[in-house]
Amino acid sequence: MLTFLTQAVRIGMTLLFGSTGETISEKSGHLNLGVPGVMCIGAAFGCVSETIYISKVGSLTDGRSFFVYLFAVLIPILTAIIGGALAGLLYSVLTVSLRSNQNVTGLVLTTFGVGLSKLMITSVQKKIISASVTGVNISFTQASKYFTASLPFANKLGVVGKLLFSYGIMIYLAIAVALIAAYVLSKTRLGLHLRAVGENPATADAAGINVSAYRYGATCVGCAVSALGGLTFIMDNLNGNWEYIIDAMGWLSVALVIFTVWKPNIAIPGSIIFGGLYIAASYINGISLATKEIFKILPYFVTVVVLIITSIRNKRENQPPAGLGMNYFREER
Amino acid sequence: MNKEVAIELRRITKTFGNVVANKDVDLTVYKGEILAILGENGSGKTTLMNMIAGIYYPDEGHIIVGGEEAVIKSPKDAFRYKIGMIHQHFKLVDVFTASENVILGVNDGSKYRLSDVNERVAAIAEKYGFIINPKKKIHEMSVSEKQTVEIIKVLYRGADILILDEPTAVLTPQETEKLFAVLRKMKEDGKSIIIITHKMHEVLSISDRVAVLRKGEHIATVNTAETSEAELTEMMVGKKISLNINRPEPKNPCERLVVSNISSVDSEGVQVLDDISFTAFSGEILGIAGIAGSGQRELLESIAGLYPITSGEIMYNNPASGEMENLRNKTPMQIRDLGVRLSFVPEDRLGMGLVGNMGITDNIMLRSYTKGKSMFLDRIPPKNLAKEIIKSLEVSTPDEETPVRRLSGGNVQKVLVGREIASAPSVLMAAYPVRGLDINSSYMIYNLLTQQKENGVAVIFVGEDLDVLTELCDRILVINGGKITGILDGRTAKKEEIGLLMTKHVSSAEAKEDESNAEK
Amino acid sequence: MQKNENSRHEPLFHIAKRSSVSMKKAIAVRAIAIVAALLVAGVFIFAITKRNPIEIYKQMFLGVFGSAHRITKALKSLAILLCISLAVTPAFKMKFWNCGAEGQALIGGLACAACMFYIGGSVPKWLLVIIMTVTSILAGAIWAVIPALFKAKWNTNETLFTLMMNYVATSLVAFFIKCWAKDGSGILRPMTEYGLPQLANTDYLLAVIVVTLLTVATYIYMKYSKHGYEITVVGESENTARYIGINVKKVIIRTMLLSGAICGLCGLLLVGGIDKTISTETIGGQGFTAIMVSWLGKFNPIFMILTSFLIVFLQVGTKQVSTSFRIDTSLADITTAIILFFIIGCEFFINYKIMFRKKEKEVK
Repeated sequence: MLTFLTQAVRIGMTLLFGSTGETISEKSGHLNLGVPGVMCIGAAFGCVSETIYISKVGSLTDGRSFFVYLFAVLIPILTAIIGGALAGLLYSVLTVSLRSNQNVTGLVLTTFGVGLSKLMITSVQKKIISASVTGVNISFTQASKYFTASLPFANKLGVVGKLLFSYGIMIYLAIAVALIAAYVLSKTRLGLHLRAVGENPATADAAGINVSAYRYGATCVGCAVSALGGLTFIMDNLNGNWEYIIDAMGWLSVALVIFTVWKPNIAIPGSIIFGGLYIAASYINGISLATKEIFKILPYFVTVVVLIITSIRNKRENQPPAGLGMNYFREER
Repeated sequence: MNKEVAIELRRITKTFGNVVANKDVDLTVYKGEILAILGENGSGKTTLMNMIAGIYYPDEGHIIVGGEEAVIKSPKDAFRYKIGMIHQHFKLVDVFTASENVILGVNDGSKYRLSDVNERVAAIAEKYGFIINPKKKIHEMSVSEKQTVEIIKVLYRGADILILDEPTAVLTPQETEKLFAVLRKMKEDGKSIIIITHKMHEVLSISDRVAVLRKGEHIATVNTAETSEAELTEMMVGKKISLNINRPEPKNPCERLVVSNISSVDSEGVQVLDDISFTAFSGEILGIAGIAGSGQRELLESIAGLYPITSGEIMYNNPASGEMENLRNKTPMQIRDLGVRLSFVPEDRLGMGLVGNMGITDNIMLRSYTKGKSMFLDRIPPKNLAKEIIKSLEVSTPDEETPVRRLSGGNVQKVLVGREIASAPSVLMAAYPVRGLDINSSYMIYNLLTQQKENGVAVIFVGEDLDVLTELCDRILVINGGKITGILDGRTAKKEEIGLLMTKHVSSAEAKEDESNAEK
Repeated sequence: MQKNENSRHEPLFHIAKRSSVSMKKAIAVRAIAIVAALLVAGVFIFAITKRNPIEIYKQMFLGVFGSAHRITKALKSLAILLCISLAVTPAFKMKFWNCGAEGQALIGGLACAACMFYIGGSVPKWLLVIIMTVTSILAGAIWAVIPALFKAKWNTNETLFTLMMNYVATSLVAFFIKCWAKDGSGILRPMTEYGLPQLANTDYLLAVIVVTLLTVATYIYMKYSKHGYEITVVGESENTARYIGINVKKVIIRTMLLSGAICGLCGLLLVGGIDKTISTETIGGQGFTAIMVSWLGKFNPIFMILTSFLIVFLQVGTKQVSTSFRIDTSLADITTAIILFFIIGCEFFINYKIMFRKKEKEVK
């Protein structure tokens, strides 16, 4: 049961990154369906930079300087952020400056991101093999240890300690980012302006807010956050093993945004619920492989239910941002 | 009175394409006064005010604020000069609270704390006597509350000159009284208030001075205390200009459409139609006059089956069967299936009457495509009809497949009117059919309507130009705030008389009396 | 002083919506975009392979047209992609964002596989084919109409709804495969003895013929039928549709039934005709690619033949490049995406015009 909960939290935080990022860009009015691709890009950028880093500094064996390990964590995080922001920039150039259809642009970005990540990882794997000949052992599983390294006292604190303090850096980072996003969105001038841009761009424009700048900014930041989700999935959830299912995580993140009615703070428990639903099947004894597949429907199913309920109740606060999916052009009336 | 000048306009001219919106307008506003700007639709009131508020930039002329020449190129510039405008269409974010809307876009360097804003909003409200809950969401508010938010928004930014564009159009009489009380308090506080309005009694009750605009020009500014309703109306509508529109006598009129006691409420809960009753006869043109937004659109749409009514009956006398059909709350399809030949030229041509991206043929087909049992379209008759309309109405277009969006306004209207007439209607309703059209196209439309009348059609014409209404229509129905304020004979009605009915404030009892007089 | 400050804020250029654009110009802009995209894609592949770019383009071309076998393979992909694209087109034309073609086709395929699995062998072959066809089409239609019903009744966001339905469909397929694959491998072996009849001993010909007919039928339906006309009116202006008396809700539901039915048909062609089995990857993301095909083809089935060909050419061609140069096959996705980015971006230059501000006249 305890491992189930901790695993649910770990998977959940991947989704939390994804959904926080998507929430930020949706609040600005961008329905970015490229999030799955962005998460792949984040993971790939992180892993590639890790490879380059290790090939420069040598294998991450025990007993090296603390900073070697620190940078082994920080550099992938940084490159993932950069990769995500670049993807967001690409999306914004197309949708804001060139006013392309958001759905189509997003879907192409997903195709692009998934493809790019596969290509980057396969070429990196070649590099790893050639590096191993020269005696440098590049291993993501090795690197992942530092991502998942928990506070030393976590295990001494019993159940509570394990539940709260046994995770790696990415998990806490995810919660911090979600809390910051929730705070900025609801409690700052920046957040107020951003929400105005997503709700009613014409009004925001009339109030002297630069709609394009906000949309560019929110999408780049949002994509950077989402990209960290991809990195978390590989380096934390899978302990450094690549699996080409990051895009599935991306779609779950999109679902999570709806499930949590566009609120990053609700997304923290929401993501853990989703994480739990995602892995529930593996932790229930005596059910067949087939039934496990049915369990995977649950997150999507509850999302659809939430979507329907919010549209029926039609409560204004729980609706998608009113300007979602629509590009703004001042002279169009 | 304190005679310090707040803002002065000198020889302001603004043109849009070939249309002159304002010509050589001079205007002075003093501190601590309420100036009313009076004028018909299209007289250039809003354009003039938009130039002060930074929405438009004048082609010629000067704006002088506080003794110095001001360059106002954006609403932000206007705020620098402490000018704020409350537009007719509110620019508010629905899901935000009042306070959030108030500080939207304000970046004065202070720390962002909503509780502070709430306090300041409450303080402003208290100072001028507004009643507002700063934490209430806009979508939960009534129209008048929304307007209050807009006003506070302007005051919060420190405006000393407030421009209100038809603020009372959406308010009930009680709410209007409250607003006026607030405006008077602001005036005492030394602020200058410019209020655009059509309603004569409001002008007389609130303003210190009145500036009258007609066809883009400033006619005069007079002290309210020294003028009368009649004088203002005359300045507003001007001298009668003869247009030489052919108006034959109606032949064998018979009751075609009997509308009795219909009322309707819009989605915001405002009463848009209030106990409207009239009869449209075959072989006549019934004009509908009124200030824009007095319920004209809702009236026509409810007859066409597009707008729900809460009470009343719409009876149609079918000339084919001689039977009466009730059209109340029927869909357009059901109305057509009853054999009712009702044509409707809506105000919003490309948004409702036509599909901009489709060709003329396909647009003509909108009315007839359901004909026949085949599941496929028969494009030959509409194509022929399109050619015929192009030829007979002189529509200038490359061919009949050109998307109507690319045609000029006059040609778009010809296509629309042509289609509506082609279905051989027995009732033809047209809302502002000549709006935005040049003289020649306008006359063509008048002639088409007259032709239809001679064919025995009951024509209902919603217009804004009183000269046209008094020359084209056999009878003129005046509405004001969703109520009928009078039905006049088109041949004897005076423009001033109509103008008064359009702007005066009447109780429904008076209106009924007028009505019964006119029916006689 | 004041004035200088203001004039500096004047934007350098001004963007306006074009009211019309000549056919020639529109084609020219798109052609330039495609050529530019091919160049960028070439440079991209060159950067990875360090091979002669001419060689790359040659390999792409050979990958599609190199042999009879390759041509048939490309044709098969083309048929399937075009089929799904045709399915989403009526919905898009109505401005109903059906992002659920993937799931609708998969459910159609699942229904087909279920027929083959459960009643294959117990009924005559011709009857099985009929049952398969009916259930597949029905399954796809039902899957599509669920979001449509909610859209019509409560205006539920259809983009998100249909997206979610995709994953429900994928999991359902995974569930049934696990149930059916008795060896526990998770892979359902092809049921070659059942399935749709083969024409000329090949599995693709039937699909090609059906899709060809479907293309013509969709073109006629969209352009010449009353339904197609109603779809256009609803998509262009719901207000006009109401004014004319079109029942908008009915049109939404009817159109999505059709859209789903064609998706179901596509699932039938794939599962019953070509693969004879089903996996969660049967549709392989083509439901999403179809959205782009349809959108790029301006919702015109004839143009869509071209756009789907372009995409298939790129995908099949770059796959050939990647195998012959030993690069991962994901190269195909990347180059396709690059080219799509260019084409999406170029629409801006067709729909808008950029006007540089004339030197400002002195205000005086």
